Amino acid sequence: MDQHLFTYTLRLADNALVLGHRLSEWTGRGPTLEEDIALSNLGLDLIGQARMLYDYAGKVEAQGRDEDVLAYLRDDRDYRNVLLVEQPNGDFATTMMRQLIYAAFAHPFLQALIQSADETLAGIAAKAEKEMAYHVRHAAEWVIRLGDGTEESHGRTQTAADELMIYAGELFETDDMDRVLIEAGIAPDPAPLRAVFDATIADIFAEATLALPRQDHAQTGGRGGIHSEHLSRMLAEMQSVHRAHPGAVW
Amino acid sequence: MTEQAMPLYEVFIRPKAGLSHKHVGSLHAPDDTMALQMARDVYTRRGEGVSIWVVPSKLIAASDPADKDMLFEPTVSKVYRHPTFYDVPDEVGHM
Repeated sequence: MDQHLFTYTLRLADNALVLGHRLSEWTGRGPTLEEDIALSNLGLDLIGQARMLYDYAGKVEAQGRDEDVLAYLRDDRDYRNVLLVEQPNGDFATTMMRQLIYAAFAHPFLQALIQSADETLAGIAAKAEKEMAYHVRHAAEWVIRLGDGTEESHGRTQTAADELMIYAGELFETDDMDRVLIEAGIAPDPAPLRAVFDATIADIFAEATLALPRQDHAQTGGRGGIHSEHLSRMLAEMQSVHRAHPGAVW
Repeated sequence: MTEQAMPLYEVFIRPKAGLSHKHVGSLHAPDDTMALQMARDVYTRRGEGVSIWVVPSKLIAASDPADKDMLFEPTVSKVYRHPTFYDVPDEVGHM
């Protein structure tokens, strides 16, 4: 059971860290000063969640791996994040669409995780749930304005939706390990959350005058360590300082 | 594609319940809703507030700096307008 709990917590942590790092890549490059700070804030929320989750995962595993070891000394095949979060930032519409899809899942998911029989996960979820509620709001307001904006912004936002929605299915995937934890009351069952997600996306897309992409195919694999080419490049940059200067401190 | 400059907003934050909103700065945003979100992200990152007002800067009527002497100079010599000519009874304590 501890092995399951470790992997489960690691997957949650990897989702948060990879998406948080992607957002941090916008720092200093945001479209406006205000949005630059907003994007960095969103990134910091996620990196904060990742730190708590890695810390807990390390304790569950009890092999002496702390948050830095878990974040900086694993290769892409050992990362367990969903494919959605590792997708490159692209243009601003792509970043906001990716954020909306993730947050529209993560917010109801974390609300459900608050009921977990595992007190630490429940505590982390209670803190993170409020952060993700804001991520939904911020990303949604931008998607609405971009979708219902100019011809240019509408086209870019529709393209982002078409390219990213194939990754939504993986957010709701469960394997044998998940089902053991769901049975034990530790993990929420993501299946009933799909309707909440679909309703959120449908409302926002309608207001944004965007067409809902077909979702008969879901691209998956990240949770099992099979990633797109983008993750290894992102990790190479993210881990370079730690790997070049092991044990360095401020 | 034409780009329009986003309107300027003035931001007011209430630091805690019971205190009044205080001007903290300004920002650019496309509309009221986004201005509130931007104000949250730019001005309340360190727990500065419990409430935000944003006001389009163009809606603020301001006094002309050139009128400064006319408007404010005359009050400088009127010390009796300050409540400093009373003896506060000891029983009142700290005011």
